Amino acid sequence: MLYHEAGQYKTTYAQDMALLPIAQERWSLAGLLVVAFVGVPSMAFLGIPPFDSDYVFSAILLPFLILSLAALGLNVLVGYCGQISLGSGAFMAVGAYAAYNTAVRLPELPILVALLSGGVAAAAVGVAFGLPSLRIKGLYLAVATLAAQFFFDWLFLRVKWFTNYAPSGSVTAPPIDVLGFRLDASVERYLLVLTIVVLFAFGVKNLVRGAIGRQWMAIRDMDLAAEIIGIRPVYAKLTAFAVSSFIIGIAGALWAFAHLGSWEPLTFSIDRSFHLLFMVIIGGLGSILGAFLGTAFILLVPIVLSRLPAALGTPLSTSTISHLETAVFGVLIIVFLIAEPLGLARLWSLAKEKLRLWPFPH
Amino acid sequence: MAFVLEVLLGGLLSGVLYALVALGFVLIYKASGVLNFAQGSMVLLAGLAFVKAQAALAAIAPFWLAALGAFVFAAAIMVAVAWATQRFVLTPLLNQSQLSLFMATIGLAFVIDSLGQLVFGSEVYALDIGLPRDPVFLLDGVFDGGLLINGLDLWGAAIAAVLVVALVLFFHRTGTGLALRAAADDHAAAQSVGIPIAWIWFVVWTIAGLVALVAALLWGSKLGIQFSIAFLALKALPVLILGGFTSIPGAIVGGLLIGAGEKLAEVFLGPMLGGGIEYWFAYVVALSFLLVRPQGLFGERIIERV
Amino acid sequence: MTGMQAMDAMTQQTPTIQHHRAGTAEPAAGSAAARSAATRSAATGPADQVLLAVDRISLRFGGVNALTDVSFDIRRGEIRAIIGPNGAGKTSMLNCINGFYHPTDGTITFKGERRAHMRPYVAARGGIARTFQNVALFRGMTTLDNIMTGRALRMRCGLWRQLVRVGPALREEIEHRQVVEEIIDFLQIQHIRKVPVGRLPYGLQKRVELGRALAMEPDLLLLDEPMAGMNVEEKEDMCRFVVEANRHFRTTVALIEHDIGVVMDLSDRVVVLEYGRKIADGTPAEVKGDPAVIKAYLGVAH
Repeated sequence: MLYHEAGQYKTTYAQDMALLPIAQERWSLAGLLVVAFVGVPSMAFLGIPPFDSDYVFSAILLPFLILSLAALGLNVLVGYCGQISLGSGAFMAVGAYAAYNTAVRLPELPILVALLSGGVAAAAVGVAFGLPSLRIKGLYLAVATLAAQFFFDWLFLRVKWFTNYAPSGSVTAPPIDVLGFRLDASVERYLLVLTIVVLFAFGVKNLVRGAIGRQWMAIRDMDLAAEIIGIRPVYAKLTAFAVSSFIIGIAGALWAFAHLGSWEPLTFSIDRSFHLLFMVIIGGLGSILGAFLGTAFILLVPIVLSRLPAALGTPLSTSTISHLETAVFGVLIIVFLIAEPLGLARLWSLAKEKLRLWPFPH
Repeated sequence: MAFVLEVLLGGLLSGVLYALVALGFVLIYKASGVLNFAQGSMVLLAGLAFVKAQAALAAIAPFWLAALGAFVFAAAIMVAVAWATQRFVLTPLLNQSQLSLFMATIGLAFVIDSLGQLVFGSEVYALDIGLPRDPVFLLDGVFDGGLLINGLDLWGAAIAAVLVVALVLFFHRTGTGLALRAAADDHAAAQSVGIPIAWIWFVVWTIAGLVALVAALLWGSKLGIQFSIAFLALKALPVLILGGFTSIPGAIVGGLLIGAGEKLAEVFLGPMLGGGIEYWFAYVVALSFLLVRPQGLFGERIIERV
Repeated sequence: MTGMQAMDAMTQQTPTIQHHRAGTAEPAAGSAAARSAATRSAATGPADQVLLAVDRISLRFGGVNALTDVSFDIRRGEIRAIIGPNGAGKTSMLNCINGFYHPTDGTITFKGERRAHMRPYVAARGGIARTFQNVALFRGMTTLDNIMTGRALRMRCGLWRQLVRVGPALREEIEHRQVVEEIIDFLQIQHIRKVPVGRLPYGLQKRVELGRALAMEPDLLLLDEPMAGMNVEEKEDMCRFVVEANRHFRTTVALIEHDIGVVMDLSDRVVVLEYGRKIADGTPAEVKGDPAVIKAYLGVAH
């Protein structure tokens, strides 16, 4: 009965095409946003645990939000347009370094513009590495995106201009200023990141349920048929690359500026790319919600793994735990690909179907 | 001139190793349409298993027996990996898209990497199978002082050549080889004429595992066995693009070209670009090549049907 | 984006109809053509005008000759059938017409313009729609979304407007949704509107595919065995949809079909291929009586 739809009539196409056609869902989402925007910061302000500690924001909420954003971007490319990418770590790096260089070299510009420049630079790079996708498909493209990963790993390590000739190669982002307010506390950065993430989530939702989203999915499901009904593969694929890497670039810039503060060239290594891919697969290919669920899941695994053995009374060495973590990720990927290729988001929608019928099974 | 030739030869010989790893990729791709991202991890696992077994056996057996025993042990591990992969990854994913299978092999790579290191340890191990390490001088008469080549590399090239000939004979002269090629063309059709697809996959992954073991022995003799092998094997991906995903000669020629090109680029272009361009040079070459000839040097152009 | 619009502008400027190639036009065919002329009086121009002319097309793959020296034309407003035994080159012919294959020799003239090498999406832009022998739907998308993709060429809002959605993008979306809903009504598939097509039975998938092609409002609709694998009732439905599409939407249809009964009933003119060569061309009655056809095809089939 929780999900009872009776009495909710749709009388126009606009209503039928609404973001959340069912009232219960609209209220849940609104509630969630209120908690995230108002509830959490006020609890931090009032010192209510666990939100009284900086740890929750800097080690859990900020990474969760920023990586969700990156996973959202990757999902546009992999989940909606069906083009695989193993180079998302590199696109994050491009975003971070572009934002850093803009901020350092043009200090008179607002920081938000610097972050934006990270997205633009990543989009440009994404389009450049997406160009081969016009000639090649699937696995070949995976190799092309790996090339991006290796090239940018090298570029930011070896070409000192990008790190502003910092002797160690490690760079520090300037503090974040928004309209004259300096965001020093984690809570403040949390609010900035949350705002950006929510805006992007709605924006991407709009794109994927509109004409361009259908073009992406058509290319994903059957590119030849898509071309025959008049979809230009060049346009569809390159917009997917541009939008996807723009978002990943912004995420990279936020990761550097709002989460790390200072970072080294190998922060955005190929491991980052794999983790993002795992988030998207486990969360659900072609689902906005999936990006968030997958990120939460991938972030939870190491936390559980690092605490569980001690809790069970058999503490393990750090290296054992890190190997175990890798093995668990590997197994999870295989299990999800076999058992639920559409990931957690699909499980969620199945649960919703059940709830709509509940308490009657049919 | 002698210096250029020396760099070129050195590059070609290290290309032999790329070619061997690429060969593993090609075998699996040909028979099952899977780009096996875990090929590098299989090299690592085979190397670790060999080194550990050899060390254990060395205490109780003469060198050659310990080496032989270790080879058998590592080969058995590779057979087990092939069986487990077929049973738990490939069969459940039958008829899934190439991309799903590829992503599954990324998962597989994670599992093999981490389990290998959990069981066998994650330090750097020296590997010795008794190949001579003395430098060899070639073409003494032509150049002053001749060309300096590592004896190990020559042995490596010879072993690789024998392996390739054996594989080609296997594919073209045996019934199993024919069945493998049939299965590669069309899974469903092969099954309907009674070729057991699960068995085929098992055989192919076993062969690829053994190729990985040989690659590990050669690579390990030169550089030792360590985790970075799993990543160095990613170098074989550009080789595949150059040579074509389905061509054994392509893997070999591609491997040699990439090996030589990379070394030449590092020596002659590297200093201008700040060094370390070996890291990405092969990829950029492969990428440019893709734009000109997407099917690779020896790959077949496939006519798309609707 | 601008490139895309420029391309559209170009196609709109192309002269839609031209008199041409009178010499190669088939002799006026008896009663069927007369009937066509009567039902399609509102079409722009005389009914026997040539919409698409295929002139001495050959197509080779390596050593295989898929098509050899085939010529025929399709007139505006007619239903043209292409028949022939398996492997006769029928699908290859359609593939050449919509730009998927490039003929080795010969020319194709569409709407009076001789076409150079052309990508399929350019053909689509010119007004050629297509269904496939093996259904080629977007399996992960719903029926509604699949048919909506047929409107892709006609939707104008750019990325930024779609990003905001409220306003022009939403208006456009609703406008096209209405057209698509009409097609859904026409094909009687309202109940599966929001079902992912991967879950639909074969017969319905074929119907959705026809819907997607119709949503393009094509000038020329190519149907590759639209009734293959259907039972009698489904076939009857599909025949009705094809005829209705031809009459109501004034769509010119070229179809490949194996069921001779269907071909004889539906089509105005028939072209017969065998081993990549044309062996007959004319009204169903003429073709039926042609000895070469009886020998090659009907003799075997009946």
